[in-house]
Amino acid sequence: MTIAIIDYGMGNLHSVAKAIEHVSPDERVTITRDARAIKGASRVVLPGQGAIRDCMGELERTELTGLVKELLKDASKPLLGICVGQQMLMDKSEENGGVRCLGYMPGRVTRFNDTALDEQGQRLKVPHMGWNRAHQHHMHPLWEGILTGERFYFVHSYFVQADDDAHAMGYIDYAGSRAHVATGRDAVFAVQFHPEKSAEAGLRLLANFVAWSP
Amino acid sequence: MTLAKRIIPCLDVDRGRVVKGVNFLGIRDAGDPVEVARRYNEQNADEITFLDITASHEARGTTLDMVSRIAGEVFIPLTVGGGIRSCDNIRALLNAGADKVSINTAAVTDPDFVYEAAERFGSQCIVVAIDAKRVSEEGEPPRWEIFTHGGRKPTGLDAVTWSRKMVEYGAGELLVTSMDRDGTREGFDLGVTRAISDAVSVPVIASGGVGNLDHLVAGVKEGGADAVLAASIFHFGEYTIEQAKQYMADHGIEMRL
Repeated sequence: MTIAIIDYGMGNLHSVAKAIEHVSPDERVTITRDARAIKGASRVVLPGQGAIRDCMGELERTELTGLVKELLKDASKPLLGICVGQQMLMDKSEENGGVRCLGYMPGRVTRFNDTALDEQGQRLKVPHMGWNRAHQHHMHPLWEGILTGERFYFVHSYFVQADDDAHAMGYIDYAGSRAHVATGRDAVFAVQFHPEKSAEAGLRLLANFVAWSP
Repeated sequence: MTLAKRIIPCLDVDRGRVVKGVNFLGIRDAGDPVEVARRYNEQNADEITFLDITASHEARGTTLDMVSRIAGEVFIPLTVGGGIRSCDNIRALLNAGADKVSINTAAVTDPDFVYEAAERFGSQCIVVAIDAKRVSEEGEPPRWEIFTHGGRKPTGLDAVTWSRKMVEYGAGELLVTSMDRDGTREGFDLGVTRAISDAVSVPVIASGGVGNLDHLVAGVKEGGADAVLAASIFHFGEYTIEQAKQYMADHGIEMRL
């Protein structure tokens, strides 16, 4: 059993790999951009950090866009999207003047309003950075053993809004917006937060991913 | 509003070892950064920051090794600051498992470096350290300037204007340290923390001067900080991070308990 973390040049893959190794010492975790290795893996992680234009661009440049689209169609191979890896699954993002994404789930990616105030009249900061409560909207095997409202670690300025309620697995409310911080469809689950940096709750979610057979 | 304020313990490291006395109960080797990080993680720290004071360039490999070992078993965000001057430095730290880097002097000598780093790695991992010292006289409207070299060298840059500029250049977070208060245990300089927090859209970490838990509360409530950083009150087991978080929560601050 191999878990492939797709290395298309964007983001900090070491942390994800270490966390998955930690929860599944018997699996082989590999960071790779080799199409054959990715196809041969039993599970795939699509990470992403930084600007979405660069993420989509690098995926294209490393000739992995087609392969990822193919993986998304495979309803038996679990795929976990993390951070920009979640945003990339949507139709489009308004970041960088508008970027077309992979279109696996209908919906869009928009920016938090950085002029919103909290109840005390303090400015709500963007990026949304730190530990916030993820509310579970639908039951899902990846939420197993995790309470709704559990805190996860976030760092992002843009967020996903899924058009189809069935795809919205979890949400936060921040700066006047409801962000779908967990989305899912078939064998795909994607999160805006960083499970690899979210202490016990995050490790549990990763363990659930490794155990998931959709 | 459910986003929690953060507590960040800060450790000085030299050649991959923790220095400047970390000494809490039950730890076997206070110099082992992995052990110290593990302990803070067990105490529910929200993040950990390492300040690398390694003088020689060659010995910096030991820092990478340290980060890599910690990232293998502590699954909360790790920030490394100190002596970061190039995108190669940043790439090496991120590849080793750091989540953010804190840029200090290099931001002052070459602001474009911040821009380049944020473009390349994303603002989410670029923290800019704002080392500020009050320069106004008593009775004058307060004014703070950026200092380098541990607070010895003035730059003439206004701290609030400079902070805004750093955010424009792509800083995703600001670490605001009062050079007047650092090491005094008299509490944060709430004035500079508040002035900068109100002036920028990104999160601000208050740093410098924490001597008790009321200082942490004031940093958030009066200083408007999104996170508070402290070293000595945690290193000597005076307070655990859990105690500090509970205390802040008891004062009406949203915390991750």
